[in-house]
Amino acid sequence: MMHWLLEPLGYQFIRTALLASVLIGMTCSVLGVFVVLKRMSNVGHALTHSALPGLVAAYLAGINLFVGALSAVILTALGIGLISENDEVYEDTAIGIVPMAMFSLGILMMSQARSFRDLSSMLFGNILGVGPSEMLLIAVITVIVLGVLALFYKEIELFCVDPNYARTIGVPIANVRFGLLLLLALTVVAGIQAVGTVLTSALLVAPAASARLLTNRLREMVLISLSIAVSAGFCGIYLSYYLGLSSGAAIVFVCSVVFIICWLVKWMRRS
Amino acid sequence: MKMNFFPYCGHQHAHPHQHALAIETWDACANYIGHAQSAITDINIAVPSGTCVALVGHNGAGKSTLLKVAAGLLPLRSGRIQILGHPIGQCHQRVVYLPQRSEIDWRFPISVRKLVGSGRYVHLGWLRYPNANDHKAIEEALRELDILDLAERQISQLSGGQQQRVLLARAICQDADLFLLDEPLNAIDVQTQAIVARVLKDLRKSGKTVVVATHFIDKLSAQYDGAVYLNEGRQVQPAQGNFTGIPIGKK
Repeated sequence: MMHWLLEPLGYQFIRTALLASVLIGMTCSVLGVFVVLKRMSNVGHALTHSALPGLVAAYLAGINLFVGALSAVILTALGIGLISENDEVYEDTAIGIVPMAMFSLGILMMSQARSFRDLSSMLFGNILGVGPSEMLLIAVITVIVLGVLALFYKEIELFCVDPNYARTIGVPIANVRFGLLLLLALTVVAGIQAVGTVLTSALLVAPAASARLLTNRLREMVLISLSIAVSAGFCGIYLSYYLGLSSGAAIVFVCSVVFIICWLVKWMRRS
Repeated sequence: MKMNFFPYCGHQHAHPHQHALAIETWDACANYIGHAQSAITDINIAVPSGTCVALVGHNGAGKSTLLKVAAGLLPLRSGRIQILGHPIGQCHQRVVYLPQRSEIDWRFPISVRKLVGSGRYVHLGWLRYPNANDHKAIEEALRELDILDLAERQISQLSGGQQQRVLLARAICQDADLFLLDEPLNAIDVQTQAIVARVLKDLRKSGKTVVVATHFIDKLSAQYDGAVYLNEGRQVQPAQGNFTGIPIGKK
């Protein structure tokens, strides 16, 4: 058993992947709690998909993929925020259109590129291929996201429970909302490294949603969500090592299985 | 003002003008964003400080809209409004708004104590957390509304009447001069009704200004100094025999 656990740790790329999965898991699962509670999971889903054209453009232009993804995601976040500011187009309508337009643009651009290997890692992630520069960026994103959440926790919480009261005491609600979207954009860019554009929204939502089923307290919810995401990262990497599976898909699959178990637990408790 | 105070609104809070009216409006008109139809039209009222005033009308008469305008949640389309002698948003630390219960996400995992404590946030601003004095104010507000035993409970586990008491406790906790209360007596149990009535009486006694949107027209004379009647967004004369008290409408 010990041997089974320790053997992969002999490889540098596995150790790097595990560290990356811990950082990405922390970022996604903690921000995910607010995404789930504020019912923003459709926005998360939208942003993950809109990263694709940015990634492909950066790849084709030979610049850093992160820069491409981040610009595409921030542009989309801005666009959704702008469109949903007045009520003429409902937010869910905008979310139904903009990201899918971006995603299809990404696919169209992909058909211009030759190597499918790199591009499939954009769609489904490649945590085993994380290099030093990606690692640094993931670490910086983790610090920014968790730091901002810790510093502005009480305002974000109030914004979620009672946005009207927050406005009456002068909290700039539009900026708080936009700040959350920016954090989401950063998190998505980190998550893409692990599980790709198609699956990142699951990493964002599934651990937090599982935790929500198990507890009614925010602190516990954050801790449970975090444990689920980090252990799913470990399980996914080990499954990938021993069974030769796609690491991103394995991580998300483990998260989904945990969600189903939590749902069953809740269901059995009730009946 | 403490050195490390970063107010949410981005400017230092103004102090209420002495002898200023709590609320004064001049031909105030407002509508909901995206709606062409006016929600309130040509409202002219003057609410003296230290009075307890009822906004009376059916559902959709414009009571909530008027309170939302005064709380700074809805912009005026035309006309003017002053709160404690200032334009909207200048001294909002002295104004507290009690929303209707349906406007809050009661499923959010937060304790009663924490939600009541958010009443202190306007005095704390960014980056500061409640200190011993704030905790004392929270404790007193919980006691005043008789919900000290619910303090650690999650807000998702409250009954309607308890929810109302939690919101009122937060309002008390903010330590404001002007209270804007939207239907505080709507759909609550008898015990909560008695508690809310007692709190309103205490506020009135301690010289606070209280404006209450309500559709209960009985017992107005016992609880209020004056009343404004609204119908379809306009001020109207009350039916014969209904309570008016001190004049609040300017025209």
